[in-house]
Amino acid sequence: MTPDPITLRQSAENQAARLPALLARAEHLAGAVLLGDHGRRRAGTGDDFWQYRPAQVGDSRRMIDHRRSAMGDTQFVREREWQIAQSVMLWCDQGASMRFNSTDALPTKAERARVLTLALAILLVRGGERVGLTGTRLPPRRGRMQVMRLAQMLSEDSDDDYSPPEHRAMIPHAQAMFASDFMGDIADVQLALTKAADRGVRGVLMHVLDPSEEAFPFRGRTIFESVGGTLRHETLKANDLRDRYLERLAARKAELQRLCALTGWHYGVHHTDSSAQSALLWLYRAMDRTVMARG
Amino acid sequence: MTVLGGIGFTAPWLLVALAALPILWLILRAVPPAPIRRRFPGVALLLGLNDADAVSDRTPWWLMLLRMLAVALVILGLAGPVMNPETERARISGPLLVVLDGTWAGAAHWPQMIETLQGELDRAATDDRAVAVLQLTRPEAPVFQAASTWPARLAGFQPAPWQPGDAQIDSAVALIAGAEATSAIWIGDGLAYDGQDRVLSALETLGPLSVIQSGQNVLGMTPATYADGAVQLSVARAASGPARAVTVLAQGRDPAGNPRVLATAQADFADGATEAQTELVLPAELRARVTRFEIQGGRSAGAMTLTDDSLRRREVALIAGRTDREGLELLSPLHYLQQALEPTADLIDGALADVLPANPDVIVLADVAGLTDSENADLSAWVENGGLLLRFAGPRVAASDVSRDTVDPLMPVRLRSGGRSVGGAMSWGEPKSLAPFRNSSPFFGLNIPEDVRVSAQVMAQPGPDLAEAVIADLSDGTPLVTRKRMGQGQVVLFHVTANAEWSTLPLSGLFVEMLERLAVSSAAATPEAADLQGTVWQPEQVMDGYGALRDAGTLPGIDGPRLVEAPLGPDMLPGIYASDDRYLARNVLSADAVLTPATWPARVPVTGFRAAPPEALGGLLMALALLLLAADVVASLALSGRLGPTRGAVAALAMMLMLPQGADAQDTEVQSAIEATSEVVLAHVLTGNAEIDEIAEAGLRGLSDTLFFRTSVEPAPPMGVNLETDDLAFFPILYWPITPDQPRPSSEAYARLNDYIRSGGLILFDTRDANIAGFGTASPNGRKLQDLAAPLDIPALEPVPGDHVLTRTFYLLQDFPGRHISRDVWVEAAPPGAEQVAGMPFRNLNDGVTPVVIGGNDWAGAWAVDTSGNPMLPVGRGFGGERQRELAYRFGINLVMHVLTGNYKSDQVHVPALLDRLGQ
Repeated sequence: MTPDPITLRQSAENQAARLPALLARAEHLAGAVLLGDHGRRRAGTGDDFWQYRPAQVGDSRRMIDHRRSAMGDTQFVREREWQIAQSVMLWCDQGASMRFNSTDALPTKAERARVLTLALAILLVRGGERVGLTGTRLPPRRGRMQVMRLAQMLSEDSDDDYSPPEHRAMIPHAQAMFASDFMGDIADVQLALTKAADRGVRGVLMHVLDPSEEAFPFRGRTIFESVGGTLRHETLKANDLRDRYLERLAARKAELQRLCALTGWHYGVHHTDSSAQSALLWLYRAMDRTVMARG
Repeated sequence: MTVLGGIGFTAPWLLVALAALPILWLILRAVPPAPIRRRFPGVALLLGLNDADAVSDRTPWWLMLLRMLAVALVILGLAGPVMNPETERARISGPLLVVLDGTWAGAAHWPQMIETLQGELDRAATDDRAVAVLQLTRPEAPVFQAASTWPARLAGFQPAPWQPGDAQIDSAVALIAGAEATSAIWIGDGLAYDGQDRVLSALETLGPLSVIQSGQNVLGMTPATYADGAVQLSVARAASGPARAVTVLAQGRDPAGNPRVLATAQADFADGATEAQTELVLPAELRARVTRFEIQGGRSAGAMTLTDDSLRRREVALIAGRTDREGLELLSPLHYLQQALEPTADLIDGALADVLPANPDVIVLADVAGLTDSENADLSAWVENGGLLLRFAGPRVAASDVSRDTVDPLMPVRLRSGGRSVGGAMSWGEPKSLAPFRNSSPFFGLNIPEDVRVSAQVMAQPGPDLAEAVIADLSDGTPLVTRKRMGQGQVVLFHVTANAEWSTLPLSGLFVEMLERLAVSSAAATPEAADLQGTVWQPEQVMDGYGALRDAGTLPGIDGPRLVEAPLGPDMLPGIYASDDRYLARNVLSADAVLTPATWPARVPVTGFRAAPPEALGGLLMALALLLLAADVVASLALSGRLGPTRGAVAALAMMLMLPQGADAQDTEVQSAIEATSEVVLAHVLTGNAEIDEIAEAGLRGLSDTLFFRTSVEPAPPMGVNLETDDLAFFPILYWPITPDQPRPSSEAYARLNDYIRSGGLILFDTRDANIAGFGTASPNGRKLQDLAAPLDIPALEPVPGDHVLTRTFYLLQDFPGRHISRDVWVEAAPPGAEQVAGMPFRNLNDGVTPVVIGGNDWAGAWAVDTSGNPMLPVGRGFGGERQRELAYRFGINLVMHVLTGNYKSDQVHVPALLDRLGQ
């Protein structure tokens, strides 16, 4: 099912609206920071005063400027001028394997991954970051239009069963976020991560899994087919396979974690039956941490 | 139709398909269960994982078995199996003679016999043959009629409690020879009897003969005897067979007068034996209460044996007037009595005051003259209640003033003082011998030995009524034994001593026989014909073929020897016979009877009863196969994992399909109890006959509606009551229609019914047959009613008296019609003391609610209305019929009012007295 870009964006906005704006802390890295772009005539992370604005829902209490607010009934936030922007590159797996849900009550992995990706993008855009997709199709840009474009691009489906992470045209020292089920060849992931590490890109791996992929609740004679239909495996006693499958899954997770540890990425697992909000929260903190690690 | 192992197949060739089952087995075994296709992204991780166990791809053996079974059932079902297939017989035309044995041996399975006969008649009807039925035990000239007219007359054939005797065989053979039949069917009862071969040859001369007889073994009981302190019971069966246990019931009346099983014993037939013995040790009190022993479930006159005096050992109290002198036993006044009575009676020793409370049957006073006033009064009361006071004279009596001037109440005649002595040293004359007994004497027929001599006696005062009292006298005409009736009892005086001092009578066998005749002692064994010479025995109760006892009514008395010797027949019925105070039972089987199974020559085809009509089994097998296939679906799903997490639900669903009932029994019970108690609810007993139950419910519905309209009783819709499971306490009245085939309630149910009756409930028994039999055993419903009601604690009954409260609880009624208008409706009898007071319209009967009302007017039929309130069944004709229906309703209203208000209307008799008092 190809989600309507409008609805996709709407649900992503809904997710994003609940979090305070994430302003990625910029790293003072030459490649990523546009020279002379300080003082952008708009609010953002910086030391100089930009403006007072009325406090909005979602602003934390700490942001309230009490000197200004004490002059009247309205509470004000003192904004500083946004000074440094960060490029964040997103990759969301659009392979067929993502279009899977074990029951109709759950969203497909692709849906969940897209929502999370776009929510993150909205947060970042709201924070003034430049957001784009990995690869050459949508380089990082600012602005609400970029969110629309992202939504458009994310809504596309790929016919491949397992699509490898896009690792071309990575901007050096930028941040990245990969969301996928990582069921495909691990070598592709390894390649992408090592290339990213080579360029100094840090980021987050979001491992999105369906609960049935964790539990393997199958019995009896079964032919398992990949969603795209390219792979198939027949078994006579599915319940016998369970332990070995779970071993392999654990090995896969361990391998991903090891890769992340090597390359300085963060690794997180998200199941489609848990809340997207907590996943977004985790993403937010993880993006924060990558920045913190640099700063 | 091909018959295999007792089951016929309409399409036997289909069974060949069963041979294909092994092939199917191999095929099914080779094909693993179909796989499920699943989309699963994790398949990438599965690649290269091999199954550890390659065998499990095969279907498990039990599933295979299930499927094989299902397929086999389908094949069998399609082959058209028929249980009890009808075998085809050659068709014969021309009149058919059906001969029934009609003996007691067939009583146990009489309904099946009638059913079989019905089947034969149906067949004859389809062949358009004329039929005549001849019962060998009651031969009557066979009347050939169209077979279709016979079924209505079959109810008239009842088993006789005897075997065909010579007379009946003779007349039957003559009748058969005269019958113009082309073939014959003989329905036998399975027992051989003399003359059977003559009937056989007579029938074979008519044409082809076939014999039908029940395969069931005939059981019989020979008379119970008393030996070694126990009742000896002997059960016989006609054909030897495997070991089998038979329960023998001792039936009698309990102290409250209700018929009851007093004891049971088990007789075990050894393997191959035809006779089984058992014994029953009973206290004398209980033994005296036993009226018959019967084989449980025997239901025939031969399967029970009536008891008589031989089991009823009498209690005799011996009291002598003079203390025994030690060592002079032969002079003791009681010695000869003890010797004579010891074998056959229970002797009680003790003072008179101690003996009387034991209520012995007989008290012997040997030469006792002086009795205190209180002893006199007690003894008189005891005699009035049926005691037998046997007195012997002696020196003391002769010397005393007892009965000298007036007749002593406890003496039969006045005595002259002193007595007389004849043939002694100081007197003239010879000792006297006895005169032959007179016709009217109980001793009539006894042989008088030549050597009995009387040398002394007390003399009776001559008088006009002396001759009446004398039952034995001496050759000179002076009385030897005199007797006086007193209330229900009697006083007998021997004018000689009880020892050999005055006469040699106590030394002779005549003495013992006289005591027997007086019922002082009872013979331990069945008396010989010679012993009964000269006695006439009046039938008290006689048995029918089923073993049911009925009052003998006006049947003529039977000569003593004949009673013992004559074979049973229409003029010699088995039953209880009485002569004076002695009782003798004539049973169907004599002590030495042997039951011999009937044997038939090989040329005669013998078949059993048609146990059941042919029954097609195909549908049943198919249904079973479907069930198995459904189970296969569930099992296959479970096996292949498709059942998944919902398998619990599916299993539950399957369970619910399998067991549609059983859930929430508690709840429904509580629910029905609430329904039954929140309003007055009339209830009827569920008989198991759907039509009767429906009429009963409709009847009570009509009555409930009428009550609702006319009275302040507003009942809820009636309920059917299952006696085994439902609580009866909620219902004020229970309508019980009698059907011949309704099951007999269990003993627990009877206990509940008795509780119900005792706690004020009312059961309305309705035989629905207009009481044509007068509640005798002639109608099947009447017989069933007796059978059903026997264990109930029902008091004495009487037809509804004119002043019974039922006649005026709401409407003033004279009779109680339903669909029938029999007047005989029975209720609890009024207490014996109730007298009508002058000026009062009713007797004062404040005796509560009658626990039962018994009638046969089919009231429910008259009350029955359908759901829209229209009468369901016609009553009578025209307006008269409607009037009768109205009266039926009025009876119903009166009955319910009687139950609900008790004797309230009866209390109205006090109204004048109350008004009188108020006026003061």
